[in-house]
Amino acid sequence: MSAPAMPAKVAALTPVKFEQFGLRHYLICLKGIVVRECLRFLHQRERFISSLVRPLVWLFIFAAGFRQVLGVSIIPPYKTYVLYEVYITPGLCGMILLFSGMQSSLSMVYDREMGNMRTLLVSPFPRWFLLISKMLAGVAVSIAQVYAFLIVAWFWGVKAPPLGYLTVLPALFLSGMMLCALGMLLSSMIKQLENFAGIMNFVIFPGYFASPALYPLWRIQEASPLLYKICLANPFTYAVELIRFAFYGQVEWLSLGVVAGCTLLFLAAAIIAYDPSRGLMTRKQDTGGNA
Amino acid sequence: MQRRACALAILATGFMANPAWAYTVYVSNEKDNTVTVVDTATMQVVKTVEVGQRPRGITISHDGKFIYLCASDDDTIEIIDTATLQIVGTLPSGPDPELFVLSPDGKTLYVANEDDNLVTAINIESKQVMAEIPVGVEPEGMAVSPDGKTMVNTSETTSMAHFIDTDSHEVTDNVLVDTRPRFAQFKPDGSQIWVSAEIGGTVSVIDSFKREVVKKIQFAIAGLRPETIQPVGIAISADGKKAYVALGPANHVAVINTETYEVEKYILVGQRVWHLDFTPDQKTLITTNGNSNDITFIDTATDEPVQSVTVGQQPWGVAISPH
Repeated sequence: MSAPAMPAKVAALTPVKFEQFGLRHYLICLKGIVVRECLRFLHQRERFISSLVRPLVWLFIFAAGFRQVLGVSIIPPYKTYVLYEVYITPGLCGMILLFSGMQSSLSMVYDREMGNMRTLLVSPFPRWFLLISKMLAGVAVSIAQVYAFLIVAWFWGVKAPPLGYLTVLPALFLSGMMLCALGMLLSSMIKQLENFAGIMNFVIFPGYFASPALYPLWRIQEASPLLYKICLANPFTYAVELIRFAFYGQVEWLSLGVVAGCTLLFLAAAIIAYDPSRGLMTRKQDTGGNA
Repeated sequence: MQRRACALAILATGFMANPAWAYTVYVSNEKDNTVTVVDTATMQVVKTVEVGQRPRGITISHDGKFIYLCASDDDTIEIIDTATLQIVGTLPSGPDPELFVLSPDGKTLYVANEDDNLVTAINIESKQVMAEIPVGVEPEGMAVSPDGKTMVNTSETTSMAHFIDTDSHEVTDNVLVDTRPRFAQFKPDGSQIWVSAEIGGTVSVIDSFKREVVKKIQFAIAGLRPETIQPVGIAISADGKKAYVALGPANHVAVINTETYEVEKYILVGQRVWHLDFTPDQKTLITTNGNSNDITFIDTATDEPVQSVTVGQQPWGVAISPH
């Protein structure tokens, strides 16, 4: 297997002895991964625009069309009537995180096909650390997208309490971690880039629509009790609610528990899946560039 | 430095803990024959009082001791003691009283009798009818000028605002406005009177001296059919700079700059917003939302809705204690 050209940063790390990593080394590694992810994002201008256009289309067109159809009654955290645009904004933030999380999983598959992943995996740092770094990089990019979206929404007249933009950050981070971890886990199961359409159909769309992102759950309950239960079993439901409450400076403890629990679960599963001695990667036998 | 920061923090928390002076809000619930009492500081229902049938128009005496309430289907006006929340008496109103206004001196109530095409003037002290003034068909909106000399009544079917001299009890002028005028409100300086037209979908601004319409204000809310915009209640701020108009089934309150007559904002409230009033400190506006059975508190500094509180069925009118 011929090694593709290594990025200078990672190559520089290889001489370091295995057992003598200080915090500084870990941080250098983390920085390298995060910067690479951010650079990749910034260089793909279409990706940035499309990630912004998607939720904005929902906000500008879908929400305007459904403003009168889907009357929203007062449910916590709202204390009075809100426009439909205001209701779906936390859901659209969740949508950005969901798509972005899945996109980093896509990039993992791409990296594996193109051979970049091996560069990452031959790094002497523990596998779990590399995966978490990769996730943090993905979340940083997702959160940047969410705030870009919120700025546009602000000018559209969808405004949260000023402090809400700060209090929502931890919720965005945790939800982003959960979705990135899920993406990571899924990426370990996908052999080829082409299979990403399956993720779209089996994960993103059901996850998004079977959640309170677009309509309150009581409305779903009215339509179908079964669907309501499905929504309750969907981790994305809790991510959206966590974000929604956080916008108003409140903590929805159940959502927090579910999102934190799912993050740990998906993360652990992803680490196991990517562990060369145990995980699914062993079966694939192919982390190189000759897919 | 640290001490200053500490003092600032204490000051800030003090302000946050006391967002508004506590007033008492009385809401008439047309359908379940009750008055809901709400505290403005906690924004919670304190008590619900059983009253006569179909309570609609509600107002409070200037000293805050009594509430006057139109019990439309009982053909009477009930007097409620605010201290005990008991009905302590009635006033003879004529049939089907809907809306009334208290004279600035607090001695006379002018009542619109919807079924009889009359405006009745009642002396509160003697509980006697002083005059019955024939007006147009289906009288409803009532307003009295700050000096107490002129009273205005609107008649829904005739689509007119009738100017009545309060001394002679005679109609002196009639001004044609748009279809189904529901409510009339003087500006605090008495220079203008604003009349809402429910079906016409407009607010007519009438010059009090010339007695003619000087401006018609139109409303348009994105995504709403024009026929759902039905202006009803009007509240004008004490400084006369802003007017708030309840737009009925449009579920919005329009904020109007009284100098430019431009609608500056539409505030989303509950369904079929009917009447509204300010707290005495002018910091909060409270709307009654008939179809969603709640009232909405609006912060007048930001013109943002703050909270909605469920009251009885079909809240109609609102009166707020003066202190």
